[in-house]
Amino acid sequence: MRVTLKIWRQAGPSAAGSFSTYSVDDVKDEMSFLEVLDVLNERLTEAGEEPVAFDSDCREGICGTCGLMINGQAHGPQRGTATCQLHMRTFKDGDEITVEPWKVASFPIMRDLIVNRAPLDAIVEAGGFISADTGGAPDANLIPIPKPVADAAMDAAACIGCGACVAACPNGAGQLFTSAKLAHLNLLPQGQAQRWDRTERMVETMELFFGSCTNHGECQEACPKEISIDFIALMNRDYVRSKVKNRKLIGQSFP
Amino acid sequence: MVLELDSKSPKGDIKDRWDNHRFDMKLVNPNNKRKFDVLVVGTGLAGAAAAASLAQLGYKVKAFTFHDSPRRAHSIAAQGGINAAKNYKNDGDSIYRLFYDTVKGGDFRARESNVYRLAQVSVNIIDQCVAQGVPFAREYGGLLDNRSFGGAQVSRTFYARGQTGQQLLIGAYHALMEQVSKGTVELYTKTELLDVVVKDGVCCGIVTRDLSTGEVRSFNGHAVLLCTGGYSNAFYLSTNAMNCNVTAAWRAHRKGAAFANPCYTQIHPTCIPASDEFQSKLTLMSESLRNDGRIWVPKGFDDNRPADQIPEGERDYYLERKYPAFGNLVPRDVASRNAKTVVDEGRGVGPLKNGVFLDFSDAINRLGEDVVKERYGNLFDMYERITGENPYKVPMRIYPATHYTMGGLWVDYNLMTTIPGLYALGEANFSDHGANRLGASALMQGLADGYFVAPYTIGDYLSKLLGQPPVPVTDPAFAEAEAGLRDEISMWMNVGGTKSVDHYHRELGKIVWDRIGMARDKNGLEKAIAEIPVLREEFRKNVRVLGTPEGINQSLEKVMRVDDFFELAELMARDALHREESCGGHFRVEHQDEEGEAQRDDENFSYVAAWEWKGRGVPQELNKEPLDFEYVHPAKRSYK
Repeated sequence: MRVTLKIWRQAGPSAAGSFSTYSVDDVKDEMSFLEVLDVLNERLTEAGEEPVAFDSDCREGICGTCGLMINGQAHGPQRGTATCQLHMRTFKDGDEITVEPWKVASFPIMRDLIVNRAPLDAIVEAGGFISADTGGAPDANLIPIPKPVADAAMDAAACIGCGACVAACPNGAGQLFTSAKLAHLNLLPQGQAQRWDRTERMVETMELFFGSCTNHGECQEACPKEISIDFIALMNRDYVRSKVKNRKLIGQSFP
Repeated sequence: MVLELDSKSPKGDIKDRWDNHRFDMKLVNPNNKRKFDVLVVGTGLAGAAAAASLAQLGYKVKAFTFHDSPRRAHSIAAQGGINAAKNYKNDGDSIYRLFYDTVKGGDFRARESNVYRLAQVSVNIIDQCVAQGVPFAREYGGLLDNRSFGGAQVSRTFYARGQTGQQLLIGAYHALMEQVSKGTVELYTKTELLDVVVKDGVCCGIVTRDLSTGEVRSFNGHAVLLCTGGYSNAFYLSTNAMNCNVTAAWRAHRKGAAFANPCYTQIHPTCIPASDEFQSKLTLMSESLRNDGRIWVPKGFDDNRPADQIPEGERDYYLERKYPAFGNLVPRDVASRNAKTVVDEGRGVGPLKNGVFLDFSDAINRLGEDVVKERYGNLFDMYERITGENPYKVPMRIYPATHYTMGGLWVDYNLMTTIPGLYALGEANFSDHGANRLGASALMQGLADGYFVAPYTIGDYLSKLLGQPPVPVTDPAFAEAEAGLRDEISMWMNVGGTKSVDHYHRELGKIVWDRIGMARDKNGLEKAIAEIPVLREEFRKNVRVLGTPEGINQSLEKVMRVDDFFELAELMARDALHREESCGGHFRVEHQDEEGEAQRDDENFSYVAAWEWKGRGVPQELNKEPLDFEYVHPAKRSYK
């Protein structure tokens, strides 16, 4: 099949950008969306035009490096699928496809389709960890964790940090990412000691960079790991509680 | 032989070696640790774990990753699990058994002392990860669940759904980010190592390129840790991520670090075959599928009928036919080689005739679709997403692909390379797995090196440097390395050729796959040694890198990586040619018995081949570290 790609080109962080239109023939159903960009880039290079810069790495939907707005949808039309796992059988011959980077003020465009997602790391740095220095850990089976708890923590921990939730949100909010990171740690017994500090710090760091959540739910729709917005509710509850918690009594109140 | 390959392996009872060694090593007192700068390159399992642990101890750490976040390292893609000798299942596991299985699984080509230590610290890894909040799978009682994996008769594999690597890496990443928040680790993202700086024979720093701005910059330190992964992408198509490369290890090799056993590469039998010329990478499907799937190809050549129209009598279930005892569950290398044989014969299936069927129709008839779905549902979904075929209705198509490299930088028991002050951890080094890695052992080794080995052994080296400031970055050694890199960059920018970097990477990959792949012979290897330099010459004259060296330039990033793959591929071929035996992932067609089983030659090849750089265009020189087996006595691996 043949597709027309309308791609955002921008030479650098401070350069003005614009759309360029390219047509790619001989696209096959089995090709992934990023492989079409690979083919395009190879042809552009041979024709002497600079290739389109885009990020990707594992191409198995787990590293979170890739991420494009495809026809205005973060990661494209297929549910629960990262850009790298999107295949061309989702499209049809003659389609015109608009390809843009994540369009959020918090993720400045570096070049073409590449953005800077450093604020996501900043949120983790603010408290997204359980302090357990190497060497001091007790036996792994010392604290039993009920299966539903471990499973829920794993559901949250499945987040790949791609930033699609932010890109899909009309407000550019970082709630789904932050709440997934928080829920992973806050649900586990090991995460209780730092729970309230962690929640305060991560939420307040998030607010330095991102917009506010107004419950549109677009983040959940766009998430390639289908992470639930229920975690946002948990985060909001924990944030309120963190403000009234007497931390000296944490040991007495298993949540 | 020029290099002195002293393994520094401790003597005595193997059970006490690591403990005794830890006591014998010198310590750095807590107040002196902050006087030492340590550079950690790579933030996968080994790198993130080492950077976090060293910073916790009090060293001044700088961590480098070429990704935009440390969490994106390729460790994240590991699916299956991590081994540990916890014996939580009461099924007879022990540190000694894990040690034994690993030495045997590695086909008796690993150092016993290292492997024993790996098995010892495996138990600490699980404790550490649970304390960090890694959500391992649990049973209803709340205790940790385990599953079994290839090459072992016990259940010792811990897992987090099909995303174990992701969860372990996130644990290490969290620990790293905590240290970043405390200011004990300075984190440099989008920063790629492009040279290792050596002064008076000692490693004193690195030269990097900022992938966002193009800035070339030097960093100095008392020790440098390379945690930069393996080199499967020399094959172009592999299960590795797009950006995985050998550049850091290779450039260290060029500065004097010996490169060991480059021909030990592992091919995974169950990957989704390439669908077209422009396929960018291959996707692995869990090996567990072979428990219920039956592998077959048509008996006839060039059979174009759909699978369901090929009658039972015209199908060749070749593994069941040749290996009646193990059938479809033969080990990875045997399954892979046999798939290659039938495809090479012209009996491959699929549009490109490059796969074999993995058929679940018997299992569905026997167990019902629901049971099959419960066991493999997520894998079937993944397969359907990629191929558009429903594996409940038509057989899957699979083919082997490269996914791990056992070879790497030679290191001693302390994980130090042949350059003092330069260490290699994780897949980047050659240790522990011998000629073949067992499933669920890569994650174990990366974290063992990072959390529990390097943090001790580096102290011993640094203690001797107390009072010595690091070599300043204004030293001529740095200026020379920076100038060399700037010249190299400008050389690539000015080739003015016509073909893309990917074009040449693909062409190189074809040679590597055809001649240094699953089955190797003298003729093919000699051809590879002749063909690779010719292609490389063309590449260097005719590759086209557009744009500028400033700012993001992905072609420039790739061209240097591919150039290093060319040199590595040649060494892989020479190593494979010299090793006149079959062992683990290295199968020489000339060395098999009448039944096609690998024939090892312990008398002549029970050594580590450590190759020493002799300059551009000059073949590396072979150095040998003999391997002694005091505990696990070499025996033939048999699967009949």
